[in-house]
Amino acid sequence: MDIYLLEAIINGILLGGVLALLALGLNLIFGVIDVVWIAYADIVMCGMYVVYWLYVELHWPLALACAAGIVGTAGLGVLVHLLIIQPILGSAPINQLLATGGLLFFLQSFATLIFGTEFRNLGIRLPIIELGDIFISYARLLAFAVALVGAVALYLFLKRTYIGTAIRAIAQDRDIVGLMGVDQRRVYLVTSAIGGALAGLAACLLSLQYDVHPFIGNTFGPLIFMICVLGGLGDMIGGFIAAFVISQIIAIAGYYTNTELSYVLAFTFFIVLMFVRPRGIFSR
Amino acid sequence: MRARDLTLAAGLAVLGTVPLFAPPYFMHLLIQILLWGFIYTAWSMMGRFGFVSLGHGAFMGVGAYVPALLWNYWAVTPWIGIPLGVALAVLLALVIGYPCFRLRVLGHYFALVTLALSQVVMLSITAARDITGGSLGMTQRAVGQSWYALQFPDKRYFYAISLALWLVGLAVWRMIDRGIGREALEAISEDEEAAAAVGIDVMREKLRVTVISAALTALGGAIFGQYLMYLNPETVSGIAVSLQIVFAAIVGGMYAMLGPTVGAFITILLNEGLRVAFATNFIGAANTIYGVLLILCIIFMPRGIMGLLDRVRVRRVAKVAHHEGSAKA
Repeated sequence: MDIYLLEAIINGILLGGVLALLALGLNLIFGVIDVVWIAYADIVMCGMYVVYWLYVELHWPLALACAAGIVGTAGLGVLVHLLIIQPILGSAPINQLLATGGLLFFLQSFATLIFGTEFRNLGIRLPIIELGDIFISYARLLAFAVALVGAVALYLFLKRTYIGTAIRAIAQDRDIVGLMGVDQRRVYLVTSAIGGALAGLAACLLSLQYDVHPFIGNTFGPLIFMICVLGGLGDMIGGFIAAFVISQIIAIAGYYTNTELSYVLAFTFFIVLMFVRPRGIFSR
Repeated sequence: MRARDLTLAAGLAVLGTVPLFAPPYFMHLLIQILLWGFIYTAWSMMGRFGFVSLGHGAFMGVGAYVPALLWNYWAVTPWIGIPLGVALAVLLALVIGYPCFRLRVLGHYFALVTLALSQVVMLSITAARDITGGSLGMTQRAVGQSWYALQFPDKRYFYAISLALWLVGLAVWRMIDRGIGREALEAISEDEEAAAAVGIDVMREKLRVTVISAALTALGGAIFGQYLMYLNPETVSGIAVSLQIVFAAIVGGMYAMLGPTVGAFITILLNEGLRVAFATNFIGAANTIYGVLLILCIIFMPRGIMGLLDRVRVRRVAKVAHHEGSAKA
């Protein structure tokens, strides 16, 4: 096999890790609260700016800046739920989607207002690993590993803790769970916080690889929705697998053509698949 | 009814005579309001029945790029290019709409599929950078004042064209609103199975309104391109434009005929006002306020400004009726 193609495939798998992490967060929120946060990628953008600001401007240690970024986005997640979702929890789902669309406008322009439109990066250059003739960026490998650890941690949390069990129960049947004495409001808040924290974790990993700018959410935001829908909205394992399918399409098509066309192919694949399997690849 | 006719005539007279005295900048704003108002109206024809499309950026992009490319490369007049662009947009709407409706892709799923469509169109235009100029955009080959090329440096021509287009949009809205299709569509958006059970051809009604909406949006995009003489994939297609269309329509109120136009009026004035007020010091200021307004709008008045006005009016009428009733008693 062509060595460059192999490199593209490996890089695709590594990118898939971060996308999978984001898909997990979005799916968790959808599965539990039944809301699509269309501004999810922009919460990631906010996390990236927090890390950038603390590390570059205030000279915090990187680990501390990342931790603050995660806490910050978790808080943002709670705020989004309290201020935007909660007041319209009873109205049509599409209204909730659109309200978070307003948030998308707000976050993007607020970031522009504070940081301007320049591309900014942490100025960290992680080494590149050579495996034979294949070059793998250390940042991507790290991102992949951390994303996997994050996914496993989320799994354990959902399986092993009381509140995790309550979250899974609500995703299955939100009416009955109330009767079982579960405080729905609290579960929603915890879910929003976890969703935000996952976005923050992804933000830390992405800020090691990419420059941050106010509109970075537009580049991979639509991708995350596609991934979630492909996996079946709310289906976390489906979304996890779909993240790797999509990232492979992008990586391999990108190798043969160019970046834009590979995205075109991924979106077209998504549209076609929606028609073949409207409730996700793994639906029965 | 006579009073309303009079208001209508007076309104049209004002709109008709504006170009005689308005300065160019003012004209530019008016043209933008009319053209965007037209496009928002076209979107609302679907939106009001619960088909929230995030793909109208795709139709607008196709409508704008096809005539521009044909003109630049083969010197085909926009009089042929625009219908071709509209036809292509309609084809796109059918290719996406038919399976969506057949397979019952609704709500979130419909919004996300159409979002993917607008990304496909935007990225395709960007990817074909050898002929479209990619993300740098493209300009139509200028030939000065010409009906053949549909190019008018004089803003008054485009004002007249936009005004006519806007009126056509309102007329189509009225046609749908008055026709039997409206009741069918309302029934469908309430309960699709029940609608089908009483003999409504669900598929035909949905496709018809989708095709009309897509065609008008493409037409609006084409005229917008001819007016600006500059196209950029980010400004005429893609997620940003699609969301802009949806939001302005919601803010104005997508259930009333003039709602989308009110949305265009408010968003453009807000944008310009903030731009003038803050100069370029705060690039994001306008959209920051815009975003907050949107969230507030969706939470507190999901039927938009026109919906709010309607409610106030209904309440006043109810109050008057109540007074009359108690006076008699």
